[in-house]
Amino acid sequence: MAKKVGFIQGNEAAAYGALYAGCRFFAGYPITPSTEVAEVMSIELPKIGGKFIQMEDEIGAISAVVGASLTGAKSLTATSGPGLSLKQEIIGYACITEVPCVIINVMRGGPSTGMPTGPSQSDIMCARWGTHGDHAAITLVPASVQEIFEETVRAFNLAEKYRMPVFIMPDEIVGHMRERIEFPEPGELPVIDRTIPSVPPEQYKPYDITFGDVPPLAAFGSGYKFHVTGLNKMQDGFPTTKAAVVQAEEERQLRKVEANRSDIMKWEEYLVDDADVVIVACGSTSRSARFAVNEARKEGLKAGLFRLITFWPFPEERLLDISRKVKAFITPEMSLGQCNGVVKGCIEGNAPVHGIYHVDGEPVNPGEILARIREAC
Amino acid sequence: MAFDYDKYIRPGKLPHIWCPGCGHGIVMKGLIRAIDALGLKKEQTCIVSGIGCASRLPGYMDCCTLHTAHGRAAAFATGIKMARPEMTVICVGGDGDGVAIGGNHFIHACRRNIDITYVMMNNHIYGMTGGQFSPATPTGAKASTTPYGNPDPPFDIAKLAIGSGASFVARGTAFHAIQIDKLIVEAVRHKGFSVVEILDDCPTTYGRRNRFKSVVEMMNHLKEISVPIKAAAKMSPEQLQGKVITGVLYKEDKPEYCEQYQKVIERAQSGAK
Repeated sequence: MAKKVGFIQGNEAAAYGALYAGCRFFAGYPITPSTEVAEVMSIELPKIGGKFIQMEDEIGAISAVVGASLTGAKSLTATSGPGLSLKQEIIGYACITEVPCVIINVMRGGPSTGMPTGPSQSDIMCARWGTHGDHAAITLVPASVQEIFEETVRAFNLAEKYRMPVFIMPDEIVGHMRERIEFPEPGELPVIDRTIPSVPPEQYKPYDITFGDVPPLAAFGSGYKFHVTGLNKMQDGFPTTKAAVVQAEEERQLRKVEANRSDIMKWEEYLVDDADVVIVACGSTSRSARFAVNEARKEGLKAGLFRLITFWPFPEERLLDISRKVKAFITPEMSLGQCNGVVKGCIEGNAPVHGIYHVDGEPVNPGEILARIREAC
Repeated sequence: MAFDYDKYIRPGKLPHIWCPGCGHGIVMKGLIRAIDALGLKKEQTCIVSGIGCASRLPGYMDCCTLHTAHGRAAAFATGIKMARPEMTVICVGGDGDGVAIGGNHFIHACRRNIDITYVMMNNHIYGMTGGQFSPATPTGAKASTTPYGNPDPPFDIAKLAIGSGASFVARGTAFHAIQIDKLIVEAVRHKGFSVVEILDDCPTTYGRRNRFKSVVEMMNHLKEISVPIKAAAKMSPEQLQGKVITGVLYKEDKPEYCEQYQKVIERAQSGAK
């Protein structure tokens, strides 16, 4: 049977991806350019008995999401730049309490109100380090409508599997563009649910490391009583200031991602093997880059594209490998060098990393990238 | 036979952090008696707080307990109640947590009339951080950040709740201990957002800066200023000057939020709009 197809917007695809992943709770606050996610969820969730709530502000939205997730519901919020700044407090809370949730952040120009309808990729560092304190981060950066759907499903899977907040961050162009999508059939993409406790309620501890680095999470209302706090905590969930416990718990929370990088990281290499110049790009910028690479190849220039699909954790090891055999990297991005700095940070100076930076609300066009490839080759 | 509080307190989690003379423990005992009187199942009862001395209460309670971030209790509780309407959800916390940093969540929870009970312990001060003035600190009072007297006018928390749409609003005091559980019982039984403000004392950071010589004096002050609502009805505005009215101040039957959302689900599933 032919697959169901559609011609939909990236933001709509994110919402349908969330529903495919089993999302049953959405709390949000209106903000351009992400509002379509909320609108689709407000239509679709009640049809399947799920819950949609428009909260009084961005902090309230992520708070309600974490609360709902603690009852076992897969939960989502969607926002953009200023909203992401506001949500950071509770994103940190979800990190330390290890509550799965997904945050869709459609990237617009910043800082502050910036350019609400202009595209950007300048929230990359905010997704990594926006909330205070040490914490792990997973951030996915899809480049097409189809990929938004699939990566949103994966975002839920990673959130559930590793008990943590996960960001999915299309830039505004990807969020608002319309493309053909083939909707995966039920069962076609894996859908992962959090591990629930196998022990009876009286033995349950919400951070019981005898079950590994990702302890099972019971749901409030399912017969298990437990305590959750944003304070540094012990295995039983109660606060502690014991140095050894706090250190070990914080390290475990980082290890959930660090020890599973290969499971989480995803990228695409296009004509990289023999390339002299490798473009590192994500989102809509990677589409311009692919076009530029094809044009360069027609001119006999050996250009390749390293397209990030997961931005955090960053594929440092692979880029270090590549850096040993290329003349240069180019990082076209809609920010003033956030991606560039990360690439430089992992290649040990093996090659120059040229930047093409736009924060003017304009996409990086293929011509600019091609011109830079010619210079670098 | 004496009431068995231990049944509701987590083993090994006492002593609590509260100072000698603090009223929060009196409120917690009232809450425990209320939960017992209501016959609530501990695993179906969720107690949610923000940050501050009063917000440490959930950690001592043998229920589903959530100690959230500063001011966010009502928003977290909204998510819990929406996702699991069958649970009894009770927010606890202080005045600064509830109506300063959490003011927006509080008034909107009132407006939605979601079936959550909010027990707000109003000791007129930020105690945990050492006694800074809160939006409930009386004008003129001394706090660590109002060394010359508080220039701010305070919120009337109960009036704020009524004005914001809460359908049940009551006020008690830590002095009137045996009234606390009765107010909480009625609040939890009420379908809709219910607020129980308990006037409380902080001898450590408020009392000593404001010429209260002892905890007893602070407790007596709570007794002296409070007037039950029935008695207040017979008093003139002059007689009520400086007094605080206690009891059930407001009660209204109106649509509850989760029930309203259930109608949304029914409309969506029937294909109507």
